[in-house]
Amino acid sequence: MGAGVAAMTVVFSLSDVTLGYDRHPAVHHLTGSFLAGSLTAVVGPNGSGKSTLLKGLIGLLSPLDGRLERNGLHRRDIAYLPQQAEIDRSFPISVMETVLLGHWRKIGLFRPVTRTLRRQAEEALVAVGLDGFGRRPIASLSAGQFQRVLFARMLLQDCPVVLLDEPFTAIDAKTTADLLAVVTRWHGERRTVIAVLHDLDQVRENFPDTLLISREPIAWGSTAEVLRAEHLFQARQMAEAWDDRAEICRRSVV
Amino acid sequence: MDPYAALIQPFVEFEFMRRALVACLALSLGCGPVGVLLVLRRMSLVGDALSHAVLPGAAIGFIIAGLSLVVMSFGGFIAGLAVAVLSGLVARVTPQREDASFAAFYLISLALGVLIVSTRGSNVDLMHVLFGTILAVDDASLQLVVSIATLTLVILAVIGRGLIIECFDPGFLRAVGGPGAALHFAFLMLVVMNLVAGFHALGTLMAVGLMMLPAAAARFWAGQVATLAATSSAIAFAAGYAGLLLSYHASLPSGPAIILIAGGIYIVSVAAGPRGSLRTRFLPRRHLEA
Repeated sequence: MGAGVAAMTVVFSLSDVTLGYDRHPAVHHLTGSFLAGSLTAVVGPNGSGKSTLLKGLIGLLSPLDGRLERNGLHRRDIAYLPQQAEIDRSFPISVMETVLLGHWRKIGLFRPVTRTLRRQAEEALVAVGLDGFGRRPIASLSAGQFQRVLFARMLLQDCPVVLLDEPFTAIDAKTTADLLAVVTRWHGERRTVIAVLHDLDQVRENFPDTLLISREPIAWGSTAEVLRAEHLFQARQMAEAWDDRAEICRRSVV
Repeated sequence: MDPYAALIQPFVEFEFMRRALVACLALSLGCGPVGVLLVLRRMSLVGDALSHAVLPGAAIGFIIAGLSLVVMSFGGFIAGLAVAVLSGLVARVTPQREDASFAAFYLISLALGVLIVSTRGSNVDLMHVLFGTILAVDDASLQLVVSIATLTLVILAVIGRGLIIECFDPGFLRAVGGPGAALHFAFLMLVVMNLVAGFHALGTLMAVGLMMLPAAAARFWAGQVATLAATSSAIAFAAGYAGLLLSYHASLPSGPAIILIAGGIYIVSVAAGPRGSLRTRFLPRRHLEA
């Protein structure tokens, strides 16, 4: 994010981006960029705009202000795991069928699922530790097993950019470790991974870069630099304010 | 009465019974899978709303062209589609949920329909539109019902995958840039089409019964979308067959007889079906080893 990285490819570049709902900012004046192949944790208190940021990055939400560039990335090139997926977990569909959705770019609405694609789906299930679960209905899975299924689906999506919104919340330690291994594997494959997380030890151990926000950006850079006590203290001070009579923000006008 | 006379002879003997049976088969094939998708999308009551929404269109068609099948069907189709599109638009553009916008628009449509019907309240032909005339299905009606069933199955075969994804994980479809809204409207169009097919046979008030009751019952027998659809169609056809016989032997109106048989199958399914029924809950079999 300094000047020395000019040679590296930028995946998302944000200049003075404000994202929010009903004109109220949830992410306020964020400037910076996510480099190709970087592995970044986004941390901050609840209501600090982390999920909003991911929605902005993938394009589900347009910036209220500022510029957000995706540098040629199409929606299909970004795998996105929402925090609370609107998935109907009682839906009568099998694990295998769910994972196969990851082939969307290859099969779309109409093209057939070939034997190769099916074999890749089986391999993805093995990779997330669900060997032999293909025929099980998803309704029979535990929360952790279901999260593994969603990771298997993202493996098949084979996207250069992966966005994860609190992927390990309410997931046991074993599953978290297995899925973190998948994240590390993606990083090794030079994919860009951005994950919203709460467990700071987990971040320190596994994520080279961190963005700390609390509606306003607080620090963005190497994890050791960002997760210092004074930054964390600052993040806690920022209120989760929704002011009905908030004034129009003048900062971007000057 | 021997079984042949009870179960088969009426159809051998009378052409109107054969026509009614064919109409039931066509309706079952179309309504089965559409009903299952409605249930899976948690839109069971939307079918009901749309069936009422069809009314003013059919009534206006009747006033313009008399008892013309084509005009009344077209009118019903347009009215149903208008309600579906307007409610869908409100739900997608404003924060209001689709169940509320559907309720609003179908009530407007229904009131309009009742207003139009009441100005011609004594007309017997119009009563047939409301309560169905499956025992008087003519060639044109039969062709319409069969065409709609065929078209429904072809469209479902083409967009089935998209409908299932849109229903199971709409967020994923949005994230990969799939045509979620287009699929949703295509599906609502299928619902309206099949309700229009049903109102000739069963009347606007009963048409939705053959769509929802078998689909709701199928949930207690099958566990995959394809088997649910097949089970639902089979139940619908069984209800049609049994209902026609009941109305023939007991001289009852055919539409309610068919729907009541479907209702009976639903209650039996809730009580004794192999998946999640009252029986499996209160009289469980012994648990497995793993």
